[in-house]
Amino acid sequence: MKNFALAGNPNCGKTTLFNSLTGSTAHVGNWPGVTVDKKTGTYKKCAEPIAIVDLPGIYSLSPYTPEEVIARNYILDEKPDCVINIVDATNLERNLYLTTQLIEMDVPVVIALNMMDEVEKAGDKIDSVELEKRLGVPVQKISALKENGLKELMDRAYAESKKTRVGATVLEKSALSHLIGDIKIALKGQGVKDPLFHAIKLVENDSIETEMHKDTLQMINEFKETFEDEIFGDDFEALVADARYKYISENFAPTLKKKNKEKFQATRSDKADKVMTHKIWGIPIFLLILFAIFHLTFSEDFLYLGKIFSLPSLEDLGFLTAEGEPLNYGVRWLACLYDGAVFSPGVIINNIWNNMLVGELFGWLGGLVEGSSMSSWAVGLINNGIFDGISSVLSFLPPILVLFLFFSILEDSGYMARIAFILDRMFRRFGLSGRAFMPMIMGFGCSVPAMINTRTLADEKERTATVRVIPFFSCGAKLPILTAVAGAIVAYFGVGNADVITFLMYLLGIVTAIVAVLLMRSTTLKGETPPFIMELPAYHAPQFKNLMAHLWDKTKHFVKKAFTIILASTIVIWFLTHFSFAWKFLEDEEINQSILAGISQLVQPLFTPLGFGSQLGEYGWVFVVAAVAGLIAKENVIATFATLAACLVAVANLNVGGLDIAAEEGVDAVQAMVLATGIGVPGLIAFIAFNMTTIPCFAAVGTAKAELQNDKRFKGTLVFWIAASYLVAAAIYTIGSWWWTAFIWAALVGLATWLIVWLNKRSALKAKKAEQ
Amino acid sequence: MEKTLEQFEIGERGAVKRVLGEGKIKRRLFDMGITPGAEIFLRKKAPLGDPIEVTVRGYELTLRKTEAACVVTEVEG
Repeated sequence: MKNFALAGNPNCGKTTLFNSLTGSTAHVGNWPGVTVDKKTGTYKKCAEPIAIVDLPGIYSLSPYTPEEVIARNYILDEKPDCVINIVDATNLERNLYLTTQLIEMDVPVVIALNMMDEVEKAGDKIDSVELEKRLGVPVQKISALKENGLKELMDRAYAESKKTRVGATVLEKSALSHLIGDIKIALKGQGVKDPLFHAIKLVENDSIETEMHKDTLQMINEFKETFEDEIFGDDFEALVADARYKYISENFAPTLKKKNKEKFQATRSDKADKVMTHKIWGIPIFLLILFAIFHLTFSEDFLYLGKIFSLPSLEDLGFLTAEGEPLNYGVRWLACLYDGAVFSPGVIINNIWNNMLVGELFGWLGGLVEGSSMSSWAVGLINNGIFDGISSVLSFLPPILVLFLFFSILEDSGYMARIAFILDRMFRRFGLSGRAFMPMIMGFGCSVPAMINTRTLADEKERTATVRVIPFFSCGAKLPILTAVAGAIVAYFGVGNADVITFLMYLLGIVTAIVAVLLMRSTTLKGETPPFIMELPAYHAPQFKNLMAHLWDKTKHFVKKAFTIILASTIVIWFLTHFSFAWKFLEDEEINQSILAGISQLVQPLFTPLGFGSQLGEYGWVFVVAAVAGLIAKENVIATFATLAACLVAVANLNVGGLDIAAEEGVDAVQAMVLATGIGVPGLIAFIAFNMTTIPCFAAVGTAKAELQNDKRFKGTLVFWIAASYLVAAAIYTIGSWWWTAFIWAALVGLATWLIVWLNKRSALKAKKAEQ
Repeated sequence: MEKTLEQFEIGERGAVKRVLGEGKIKRRLFDMGITPGAEIFLRKKAPLGDPIEVTVRGYELTLRKTEAACVVTEVEG
């Protein structure tokens, strides 16, 4: 099978072309060793099927970013039969800069001149025949979006792939052409493939090449001593880049005939941008968009219609039975859309998915297992272990996809780059760039897509720091912990206001994240603030087809995870809670004899400084179990509370009159646990804080591992999460219990800050001395 | 008159004369088309004053003032 590679700048329509060519055959993986997507697919409309590899979007073939190194190594090492270079015709000069580097390799190249429809709409013309003559490789006009010219493009690429091509350069007339020629001959003599490409990169003093061809480097250094350019001195890297652009402006750019000669005219996109990044309105508009996204995804009172019009609940309408269940099947559907308020689209999709589809399916499956002749432990394992595990994970799918859809729209429309532009100033204070904002804010929805989104960050250290703090932006699954415990504090102790407690906990997460980033950027992840030199692509309407392709990728990825790592872990937890050390099967009520309880009691003292350890007596370990169960999925915390509270009521003979342990919000369950253990308000708040800042759920941990790609970094991240949650919770508990300990904490923080500043100053001094 | 890019007022234009700085940042500026002779136009500043947005070689580019300080230009007047 022939093998073609797609190469081009970011935002040149490469993904659209790839999707059009390969249809549903696309397969996403990672390039070995790095987290850059490797997309492959098959094109079937030629004489033979053709494998198409989508190379990462790049501006150049420099050695500085992983994407560029991947693209160049792929073409040099894998030798595709043809490289299709997509060029955005609306932005010819900069796009052809990459082309001048690609054609230096000994590989067939075809240029796909994309977005021709937009060029023609503006009344401009490109003489593609002339451009083809000057470039020396075929040029085909296409519109990836309208699928114009794709067949011709592939036919020409197929014809080219049967020929052999020798690299050519636009540097023939530059001051360095003799040196390049000599090096090329020398490399050819050594049997190096693609001698022209390597020769030019070597002259550019490219770090990858100088490593590879140490002996040839001598020739260049000798030449350098005799050479002096009036602008560039002996900076050959700059000289080469300049020569490329000069050649493009003189020879290629004139093939474009512009209707309007004014260089800096305003387009429709510019007018939109004037509003979106306005000096005063830019930030409010951004906040409004962000609010709208979360409102559409999570709000149970869409546009506040319920509050404004005081709409009646289903109960008021008499649609519920005495037990609070829907009267009939129709009401069940209605309940997905409305209950005293119209739900937002995200919530409606979520309700239909969970209540009607997943709930029904697993209810039916559970019934089948229940009715079978299997032994009771097997029924328990399948129903409570496997089915509950899978369905609780699948229940996440709607909010993740809805949130992901909105963020894809922001990305595709070009607004995401503007958000980075607006916020960069603020983020620089913490040693991050404006781009780090999006993944962080996505963390409020779910850490998994948020961590995947950090791929837009170019700097490895910035990326690590961002991945680490994402869980502190409390996700949707942690919200039930907050509402249940805060509700119990208000109901049982009669202090405060549940909303205020919840809000303050969110704020605590954000503050912890900021402090942690500052701390990491001045200690283990030290480094200069990454540069911020970024294209702001023109605004355009997002493509439905591309959005769906994104969502489908995401769904596949998520479902695969649900049925592997998460399924395995739920089974393990089930065994640990339902078997004793003597390997005897336990009913739900005997949970305190289980292996998990045994282990929890063993580690319980560790949690004493956090307020939910040994001081809570006989049943205190329940908080530890809940926290540990939360490592699988955060909704396990409240689910565990409900199970444990039921056991506690049975075992401890508590008087919990009027409490409904099984009530969904878990407020009553937490109250029962307060009764049984005697835990106080500081301990409860510390418990929330611990769960918010500790190791996130299995899915997020797995994602962090995949995204960080570095085992040491990943282990460091786990330690970081444990340390952060332990310190935060301990501070809250001790200060809440004994106010004067605030002074001790303040002193410790002051001491640590001073120590870090002092150490950094010392190492900076040392570095300076070493330089001298 | 010689002027670095970070001193530009909104709407001001100039031609790149040379690019200062080291390694990665300099190469990135070159790769994005900021090379001697390129015409550059300051389109706007971010709401907080930094970074800035310029038009160069027919497209929009954003960069910080610290990076713009590496770009030496020739402006009229």
